Amino acid sequence: MTLLEARGVTKRFAGIVALDDVDLACDEREIVGLIGPNGAGKTTLFNCLTGVLRPDAGRVLFEGKDLGALAVHRRARLGIARTFQRMELFAGMTVRDHLLVADRAHRRAGGLPSDLVLRGRIHPSERDRVDRVLAQLGLLDDGDRPVDALSLGTGRLVELGRALITEPRLVFLDEPFSGLDRIETDEVVATLQAAHAERDVAIVLVEHDVTAVQHLCERVVVLDYGRVIASGPTDTVLEDPAVRRAYLGVTE
Amino acid sequence: MPDVVEYAIRGVPMGCVFALVAIGIVLTYKTSGVLNLAFGAQAYVSAALYYTLRDPDRFGWPMVPAVVVSVLIAAPALGWFLDRALYRHLRTAPPVAKLVVSLGLLVAIPQIVNLDFLLGSQAKLAPPGVASEDPIYVAGINTSANEIVTVVVAVLSVLGLGLLFRRTNLGLQMRAVVESPRMTQLAGVNADRVGSFAWMLSSLFAGLAGVLVAPLFAQLTDLDFFGLLIAALAAAVFARLVSIPMAFAGGIALGVGQALAAGVLPADNVLSTGFRSVLPFAVLFGLLLFWPGLRDHAGGGDPLAGVDPPPPSPGGFVRPRWMTVLNRSLAGAGLVVFVVATLAVFDEFWLRVITQGIILSLIFLSVTVVVGLAGQISLCQAAFAAVGAFATAQLVDKTGMSVLVAMVVGAAVAAALGALIALPALRLSGIYLALATLAFAVMFENVLVPLEAVSGPTRQLKVPRPLLAGIDFANNRAFLLLCTALLALVAGIVLLIRNGTTGRALTAMRSSELGVASLGLSTGRLKVIAFAVSAAIAGFGGGLMATFERQMGRQVYQANFTFFVGLVWVVLVITLGARTVPGAVTGGLSFVLFRQILEKVLGVSATLAGSVSFILFGLGALTYAKHPEGIVEAQTQRFVRLVSRRRAHPPDDAPTAVDPVAPAEARP
Ligand SMILES: Nc1ncnc2c1ncn2[C@@H]1O[C@H](COP(=O)(O)OP(=O)(O)OP(=O)(O)O)[C@@H](O)[C@H]1O
Ligand SMILES: [Mg+2]
Repeated sequence: MTLLEARGVTKRFAGIVALDDVDLACDEREIVGLIGPNGAGKTTLFNCLTGVLRPDAGRVLFEGKDLGALAVHRRARLGIARTFQRMELFAGMTVRDHLLVADRAHRRAGGLPSDLVLRGRIHPSERDRVDRVLAQLGLLDDGDRPVDALSLGTGRLVELGRALITEPRLVFLDEPFSGLDRIETDEVVATLQAAHAERDVAIVLVEHDVTAVQHLCERVVVLDYGRVIASGPTDTVLEDPAVRRAYLGVTE
Repeated sequence: MPDVVEYAIRGVPMGCVFALVAIGIVLTYKTSGVLNLAFGAQAYVSAALYYTLRDPDRFGWPMVPAVVVSVLIAAPALGWFLDRALYRHLRTAPPVAKLVVSLGLLVAIPQIVNLDFLLGSQAKLAPPGVASEDPIYVAGINTSANEIVTVVVAVLSVLGLGLLFRRTNLGLQMRAVVESPRMTQLAGVNADRVGSFAWMLSSLFAGLAGVLVAPLFAQLTDLDFFGLLIAALAAAVFARLVSIPMAFAGGIALGVGQALAAGVLPADNVLSTGFRSVLPFAVLFGLLLFWPGLRDHAGGGDPLAGVDPPPPSPGGFVRPRWMTVLNRSLAGAGLVVFVVATLAVFDEFWLRVITQGIILSLIFLSVTVVVGLAGQISLCQAAFAAVGAFATAQLVDKTGMSVLVAMVVGAAVAAALGALIALPALRLSGIYLALATLAFAVMFENVLVPLEAVSGPTRQLKVPRPLLAGIDFANNRAFLLLCTALLALVAGIVLLIRNGTTGRALTAMRSSELGVASLGLSTGRLKVIAFAVSAAIAGFGGGLMATFERQMGRQVYQANFTFFVGLVWVVLVITLGARTVPGAVTGGLSFVLFRQILEKVLGVSATLAGSVSFILFGLGALTYAKHPEGIVEAQTQRFVRLVSRRRAHPPDDAPTAVDPVAPAEARP
């Protein structure tokens, strides 16, 4: 069943058309790749879908409902999570705290009265949930370190964990492997596959690393200058001459 | 109605002055990302210098050299110096850090100017205008040569700016920097030179405005220049902080609007005089609430923003367990010593000073919540405290309620107000929210405090000391112990909030609103909570101050809660450490002790002691750029590192300059 459907999304910034009549669909549990050269509008599309930016035209449907002008946090509550290309970690907080904040936000737990009564205690069930996600992402050893001290790759994993612990239906991942070397990327790809296997979650993935995209995605959508220039099964699309010209030719 | 036209035209000179400052604000904001709140103060510097130079008893210079020195030399020199000494080093700092630095200057500069040996404490009648102020009639409109000069100079300046932008190389580079500072740097333009020039130019505009506007006031006081600042901010916000022509138009419109309000509304009506003075604040607040397009620029619209190195983190430091234990033992031991000293050592005078310091510490915890935890700059904490104090006094006076209960109700009233003030937060963040609180603070003082509904009757209301569990706290020693206990109680609450769900969410929001929102938390709601809690604490402290003074009314307001004092509070707490209880307590005690030590121990005169302490507190904010976690916290961390000999990732060592040509996110 279609989980997310974007129709005719258009976004203009002063002078440039960053997105021009873009369609994107994602089924439940599907992993869709979104590729395209730098400045193609991938991040802008994510921002329009998650409510950070308001598109100038077009509609976004999630589970069949029009999201309209719903704010970022309301979309998140519907089960739309994301990671960021420019990481949005919480400076000075430990990895565990990142996941704890996300977990409590998701369960709508806490609030001033319970802050005064609980005196900062963390419930064993909360600790369990956090530790389970940490273990899955291989972050247990870094749990009590402040994120400021982490490597880029680990930071990206923390963002992933923070998104996953909210039990989303759909996650947008914006270049989760950028800044990682080949070996690290392979590790994270495997982690991501494992995490996906045991969850009821769909993923839309922006990534420049073609090998990783081939490993993860059955279907890809290619953006160039804000337009969808191709979409379909990964291997077919990557063979497409237009795609090779617009994208692969530049990178290789 | 020809009258209306005439009134409107009479507002143009004032509008021009607003416009000049507004253009300066836009120019520096665009070129250096600093929303410079100190331009009002800089205008005051030029005005005061001009006044001193022309004053027959001091220098008695004629007009032209006085203008040359005060406007053409001193103003740009000040701008150059500020850029060189401060802002240049803050280029990659977050906008809020830059705002804090300019706030410190806003506090310090007028106090420096007012020092005896500079402007002196003589009656400061307004200086003579640059041209004759005798009324003349031009096309049937009552004006003066001075006003005409004002308009001509302003228009020429704007035209000159336009020419500069279009025709000169430097102007072209400035326009490029305005588009994208990073891009310009990549293109090899010397951004330092361009920044310097922009600062000199905008300071020149501020100085020009100061000298032109001074004759329009009856007296030369720094307070009038706050009004000028607010009006200019309104015009700049109207221009969304980016458009110079719109800033100009906004300034003129505001001047005209004010003149119309003065002329058309009946003069003898309280409501209409109130309306006139409230206009700039109301416009600023209204724009912040409703003007579309403000949000987009809050984070800087630079398409290349992504290549900036991340700002140094304020709290990449995990406190070891032994430090917490040590802290608690020290706090405990300190408390014991303090109680003994209270009971045995302090005489009545120092008892009073210390009590004041303790109450201020309690109020400063409100800054800890809103600035330290939530990362929002609130400039109206004094207004919250005053509301609590007024409410307590009136409740006790009217209903005869017990003081402690009245204080709690007062805190609740302040909390409601705090939530209301945070409403712009539902759509704005960062510097715009700070501006909204500044507008409210000035409006509260000028418009609301004079109202009987807010401040009560003109006489001071009596507020008794509390009577609790058979102890009469009229005794000053007992009262000090009560205040200390209440401080400990509130500090405990703040710590519980900080370590709880709310505190974690606020801390998270501080570094990434987007990250928090993507988890399903409403940042608007979080801000409203932070403001409400903070206002409640401030209001409670205000009530405590009222029972301490045993009275409340406009005099006590003037002595304790003016908006300027409120600015000093925030600056002081941020400088010392906005996130921790020791920061707030150090702040509260230094606020009172510093000047008393100067005065009583070192024998400095009372006014000088007051100015010197405010100047130091203001200039202290300049350290914020280096120690965003605050001086107290920075020293603690140094101590911890020294002891544990283990590098715990000091924020100072974070990379501050990354080669901008190598964007971190580009794929190889
Ligand atoms: N806030 C903004 N204001 C103006 N222009 C913007 C803004 N955000 C993005 N753009 C422009 O929109 C276009 C698309 O940018 P976007 O960041 O979406 O590209 P992308 O596909 O994510 O590129 P990359 O692979 O480099 O991340 C670019 O030309 C960019 O400069
Ligand atoms: Mg992108």
